[in-house]
Amino acid sequence: MLRAEIRRILPGMTIDVELAFSRGILVLFGPSGAGKTTVLNCLAGLQKPDSGIISLDDKVFFSSKDSINIPARSRRIGYVFQDYALFPHMTVKDNALYGIPGRCKKDQGYRMSVLEVMEMLKITHLQDRYPGQLSGGEKQRVALARALMVEPDLLLLDEPLSALDFTTRRNLQAELKQLQRIWRIPFVLVTHSRKEMHALGDEVLFLENGKHSKSLLSTRVLTPLQMAV
Amino acid sequence: MTEPIILSLKVALIAVCIDFVIGIVVARLMARREFMGKNIVESAIILPMVLPPTVLGYGLLIFFGKRGLLGSFLLENFDFQIIFTWWAAVLASAIVSFPLMYQSAKAAFSSVDISLENAARTLGTGEIRIFLTITLPLAWPGILAGLVLAFARALGEFGATLMVAGNIPGKTQTIPLAIYSAVESGEEELAKRLVLVITVLSFAALFWLNRWSKEKIQGWKKGSENNA
Repeated sequence: MLRAEIRRILPGMTIDVELAFSRGILVLFGPSGAGKTTVLNCLAGLQKPDSGIISLDDKVFFSSKDSINIPARSRRIGYVFQDYALFPHMTVKDNALYGIPGRCKKDQGYRMSVLEVMEMLKITHLQDRYPGQLSGGEKQRVALARALMVEPDLLLLDEPLSALDFTTRRNLQAELKQLQRIWRIPFVLVTHSRKEMHALGDEVLFLENGKHSKSLLSTRVLTPLQMAV
Repeated sequence: MTEPIILSLKVALIAVCIDFVIGIVVARLMARREFMGKNIVESAIILPMVLPPTVLGYGLLIFFGKRGLLGSFLLENFDFQIIFTWWAAVLASAIVSFPLMYQSAKAAFSSVDISLENAARTLGTGEIRIFLTITLPLAWPGILAGLVLAFARALGEFGATLMVAGNIPGKTQTIPLAIYSAVESGEEELAKRLVLVITVLSFAALFWLNRWSKEKIQGWKKGSENNA
């Protein structure tokens, strides 16, 4: 169960988010500039909320009350960035294995081998290429493989399909859904596309940018909406 | 004639090594951190580039001289005096060339996409490994450019070196000082040869830097076309 109460004060607006969900894909939906990425960054530990609490199952990642702030590297939260953030000077294989010390998963308590993850994301044939030599869809698969290789407890995806063409997007949409079912960890996915929200979301949170954002006390309303999928 | 050349190369290389270590640390901090008075610190770092070298030389004399803050400490505790040794030439060269190293390195660090470092963090990586495997390799072309420029500048250092290291043949007389002495004492031939040597050395460093940076850019482009 992922629980989060995040309050983050930014210049010109305040983000106030409450969410709790346990399985499937949670879609954070809202227009650009609504603070969706900030919420992901807070969950991942890349930004610090001004106050609130973030926990996954029995692990508390952040609590302003108890002065807990676990750094990103110890949270075991995977993150697929909007621009993929692949390391441009490393091959696909080096990218995918970056989070595995010693580059070998044997006897380290992982569920899946390196090859299994590469095969699942269909990137084995690309392993010696550099990110600059990949198409958008291929980059996305490598970013997914890299994040999933370390077998995180939660996966965050920031606009994972926005940079892709229509066909690639449709294929990857189906694959993402399937991936979540196989992996059985919660996904939190940010999008501003209504179609994507309907196609992927098991649960949806609307992040609405309050029109009264001039006031520092303005809060955005978050409405949990159970979606029948 | 070989003495000043070897001394100059030795001084410039050690000065650049000092610039490298300090430059990397300072540039990295300045590229990623915001703090009060950052502009003041930054201006102070760049200052040696625009001040007359004699001002720096005078400052170093005051600081490292027998009665200087650090000079007296070194003399009393280690019986070591840096003024009028070739280490003083190293110090002067390192300080004068530091802004070149710092500016290139800072621009290089700033150009590394912060989301790459963040991606590494979410993969469970510690800060030192991130710096060594992501930040440093991606910033390397800019850092190398800074090193070459700093080396060329250190090689040509004259004013501050003269003030703190003196002009002692075989001990602290680098190429620029040897040229000055040769001209002063009417040894035209020696002066010409030394002028040729330092011009060729500096030109070679800059030429290599230019060619290398162009090849580097073309190499990246070519690589993606060949294999795509």
